[in-house]
Amino acid sequence: MIEIKNLHVKIAGEDTEIIKGLNLSVADGEVAAIMGPNGSGKSTLSYVLAGKSDYEVTEGEVIFNGQNLLEMEAYERATSGVFLAFQYPMEIPGVATMNFLKAALNAQRKARGEDEYTTPDFIKKVKTAASKLDIDMTMLKRALNVGFSGGEKKRAEILQMALLEPSLCILDETDSGLDIDALKIVSDGVNALRDPKRSFIVITHYQRLLEHIVPDSVHVLYQGRIIQSGDKSLALHLEENGYADVIASAA
Amino acid sequence: MNAILKNNAVEESLLAVAGINALAAENLRQFGLPNRRVEAWHYTDLRRLLTQIPARAEVLDAQAVKAAAANYPRIVPAIRLPLFNGKYLENLADDLPKGANVSVNDGTREFAYSRDDAIGLLHAIMGGEGVAIEIEEGAIIDTPFGMPHTSINAGYSGLMHSVDVGKDAKASFVERYLSPDDTGVQVNSISHLNVGEGAEVVWAILQEHGNETTHLAQLNITLSAGAKLTILVLNCGGKLVRQEINVDVVGENSNLNILGVNLIGGESHIDVTTKLNHAVAGTVSSQLYRNVATHRGQGVFQGQINVAQAAQQTDAKMACNTLLLSDDAEFSAKPELEIFADDVLCGHGATVTDIDDDHLFYLNARGIPPKEARALLIKAFVDETFEDLGDERFEQALIARIDTWLEENGS
Repeated sequence: MIEIKNLHVKIAGEDTEIIKGLNLSVADGEVAAIMGPNGSGKSTLSYVLAGKSDYEVTEGEVIFNGQNLLEMEAYERATSGVFLAFQYPMEIPGVATMNFLKAALNAQRKARGEDEYTTPDFIKKVKTAASKLDIDMTMLKRALNVGFSGGEKKRAEILQMALLEPSLCILDETDSGLDIDALKIVSDGVNALRDPKRSFIVITHYQRLLEHIVPDSVHVLYQGRIIQSGDKSLALHLEENGYADVIASAA
Repeated sequence: MNAILKNNAVEESLLAVAGINALAAENLRQFGLPNRRVEAWHYTDLRRLLTQIPARAEVLDAQAVKAAAANYPRIVPAIRLPLFNGKYLENLADDLPKGANVSVNDGTREFAYSRDDAIGLLHAIMGGEGVAIEIEEGAIIDTPFGMPHTSINAGYSGLMHSVDVGKDAKASFVERYLSPDDTGVQVNSISHLNVGEGAEVVWAILQEHGNETTHLAQLNITLSAGAKLTILVLNCGGKLVRQEINVDVVGENSNLNILGVNLIGGESHIDVTTKLNHAVAGTVSSQLYRNVATHRGQGVFQGQINVAQAAQQTDAKMACNTLLLSDDAEFSAKPELEIFADDVLCGHGATVTDIDDDHLFYLNARGIPPKEARALLIKAFVDETFEDLGDERFEQALIARIDTWLEENGS
């Protein structure tokens, strides 16, 4: 699905390197969890993959389904199947959520040479997806994310993911700001999308999320590099012992 | 008084108008048209920007009027009182509902000179006419009155409307301005609105002129006790535009709400200047303007709020937000608050920004291409102004007009 080779990234216009030679390979259908202490570069990685222009790639490459991802514009990455569930979804006043969903869905269909949805078909699709995530349709009439609670924002992200049907889903701390019930709803939503042709990169601080979304692989990101990889037991080890011994053994 | 000023060509041409009002002439000789040193015209230097006064527009035959009218379809269902080239065409007017009286307003009024009042000065010299509408006490009229003015071709059109809404009556009015893209079109329009006690009025101004038109307009209002007035302003055309709104809030517990959108593209210079005089206690006013300036557009907002000593518990707020979409576009915002009462709430805020990069990235990250995403964000910014209007007819008409402008002027 995606192969990241020797990736080096700095903030555009600054000298500080944040990602320092990161290697990661995620297979079709794989759920890869990325854990790491604050400041290790987790969110930067997610933004770089999604195509945010604030970062500059100085070295390395990212091959996504045979394409050079780093040469594509953000919207092209999205239409080719990359989806980032934001840690902090943007509040956009004046844009009704439904209108936004329709614009996004139809932009992607258009880019893939498919017919745009008719309004009744679109509404039906949204209704079905929204009810699975316990999202009230009245919420979708409001401006995008404006005044949504933390949980509502995260559910709205997963709703977008369900509607856009990406092949690579990057979840950036989707568990932050969620209570236990909301965590369950969001995780169920994610699990329902698991598919042999869809991969996930799940970025999190806590093992808690990984009890609900069980990963195939776990990677520890520290100072801009993956310093250890393992299966789901690595997450349990980190939960019990913290990062200290993993960091010490990698040093 | 000694003449201390050498009049420029435009002032000379005004002084040469036959039968000129003596007081207007005297003032023009002494002070000339206001330039940037006159505070009220600081950002719109009329003396420099007004390069000619065209001859009065000709009155055309019915055929030409019909052809012109067909170019501009109605956008709000209205009781139409149409004006063409500065003339009210009574024979083309719609039937009036019960409780409303309309007559030709001959446009004469006493000229009380103030140096700021260049629009009044021009009217005193050039003259003009309009409609006088009287809404009887208690009359509830649901369909808006439309006073569309169409400049069919080049020329000067002077307009003066006078509207009197009786006690507890309810009515709405639309001033609409249309012209072709020809050079030499000028409109000078003054409206007087008296909102009676407990009356409820919506007044909309849709300025959709061609891109070479000069439009100078003034709306003067008296707001009585318990009255409720909503003013909607959409400027989306014209070359040199000044819209003044002067409100005397003279009745307690009255409520004034102004919502304005200025879409400034090409070489347009659009100025909205408001002056609210809160003279009595317990009144509320709120103003919101959203502006988009692109290409070489220049925008101005001046908002003056005067709160008299007697006007305790005044609640006045004003916000002016601008999206600047090009390096050559400009917007100047000037709030002026003069408060003599001690128990009031007065707030103002002005912002000038570009589109938020994070918003743009969020939409891009969902597959919406940059151009489309920008258009979506610009539209959202502007549409929000009229979102909670509670009147679908106006909301839809205004938003449709905004959409057309955004399509034509790109992002």
